[in-house]
Amino acid sequence: MLAKRIVPCLDVDHGRVKKGVNFVDLTDVGDPAEIAAAYEKQGADELVFLDITATNEARGAMVDTIEKVAAQVFMPLTVGGGIKSVADMQALLKAGADKIALNSAAVTQPELIHAGAEKFGRQCIVVAIDVRWDEATQEYRVYVNGGRKATDLEAISWAKKVVALGAGELLVTSMDRDGTKSGYDLALYQALTAAVNVPIVASGGCGKLADFNDLFAKTDVDAALAASVFHYGELTIPQVKQSLREQGVIVR
Amino acid sequence: MIVVVDYDTGNTRNLKKALDYLGIANQLSSDPATILAADGLILPGVGAFQKAMAALEARDLVSVLQTAAQQGKPMLGICLGMQLLVETGYEFGPAKGLGLLPGEVVPIPTDLGLKVPHMGWNTNDVLQQNPVADVFNHQATYFVHSFYVQTAAKNIIAQTDYGVKIPSIIQQDNVMGMQFHPEKSGQVGLLGLARFNKELVLA
Repeated sequence: MLAKRIVPCLDVDHGRVKKGVNFVDLTDVGDPAEIAAAYEKQGADELVFLDITATNEARGAMVDTIEKVAAQVFMPLTVGGGIKSVADMQALLKAGADKIALNSAAVTQPELIHAGAEKFGRQCIVVAIDVRWDEATQEYRVYVNGGRKATDLEAISWAKKVVALGAGELLVTSMDRDGTKSGYDLALYQALTAAVNVPIVASGGCGKLADFNDLFAKTDVDAALAASVFHYGELTIPQVKQSLREQGVIVR
Repeated sequence: MIVVVDYDTGNTRNLKKALDYLGIANQLSSDPATILAADGLILPGVGAFQKAMAALEARDLVSVLQTAAQQGKPMLGICLGMQLLVETGYEFGPAKGLGLLPGEVVPIPTDLGLKVPHMGWNTNDVLQQNPVADVFNHQATYFVHSFYVQTAAKNIIAQTDYGVKIPSIIQQDNVMGMQFHPEKSGQVGLLGLARFNKELVLA
């Protein structure tokens, strides 16, 4: 049966991994290919690279980065951050990306989702959605521009819409939980998995083994994304997988 | 020399990178003469069925690939590349495939509560002993697809269980297909590519 995926996420700025990653003895902690290879060795199921500069000038650097990573690391690579056209997608796919994550551009140019899905297949198109719970309306609201700008979109209906447009996977980050280490937002993922029929990657909030166990025990998501707990070696991927296996969760 | 057929619909170069890493002589090409002179062909695939066939057609490669297959040239279709090997596909409307194996490409049913695409690491069960497929028995490989091949049982070498049984490796004589991405399946995937080279291309 299909295994649940554990997915480290790397923030890349002008071709360098931005946040420190210090879980192994790397000679250069900022080198994406070296860090990616170390995660592959640990048993990561996939890697997400987010281009956090995401300017047109930095695009070439991201393409170079993916070129280098894909020459050494043979697992799925998702790339996001600042992608605004089918040509951007194609350049990254040619460099070795397997999936393209659209975030702000999905909101400003929803037709890009369909265009990408039609050209590359919808399994190639991930829509990343940053959400925050809105107390006033009792809804999850979609944010763009790296979480800095609120939209008038409600997250669950937005998720349905992007899937209808051709998104093959959703990467949904709870901004409320991001960085808190208080666990994934289970209610959010329960609502999402009930609403759409594509794989969902949960992001934001994990701090301990039990958070992964809870996520897969209580929601139907397909993958758990994490950054700092892995980067700082607080948890290792084998630990997480062993813990999940003991709970009866299928992992690779 | 393996030629990775380059038809510009996706990440053909990932295959090349995996072959380079393995030290297997290869080149990317869409040139008919180069393709017909190759010792073996790999037809990669990321993209949608109809557009991929149109892209092959636009490069006059449909008949070239059919000729190469008839000549007995070892050929490996990967993911969409495997789907293109059969007769008919239905992604974004019906379209003719290369017709090198019997069968058609149908959507993964959504009425079983299955998520589509089938995306992630799933386990292969080898149904017929095969020097290439054997390395994948009980091994997880990376799948990412919304459609799957239905073909004659004699051509199904391995399958994976996703609620429906999905043929994960198919073969008829010199033509083989892998629904998963060996170039994205870590060490076991690389081993499978090395076996294809050793057992079919160099044999």
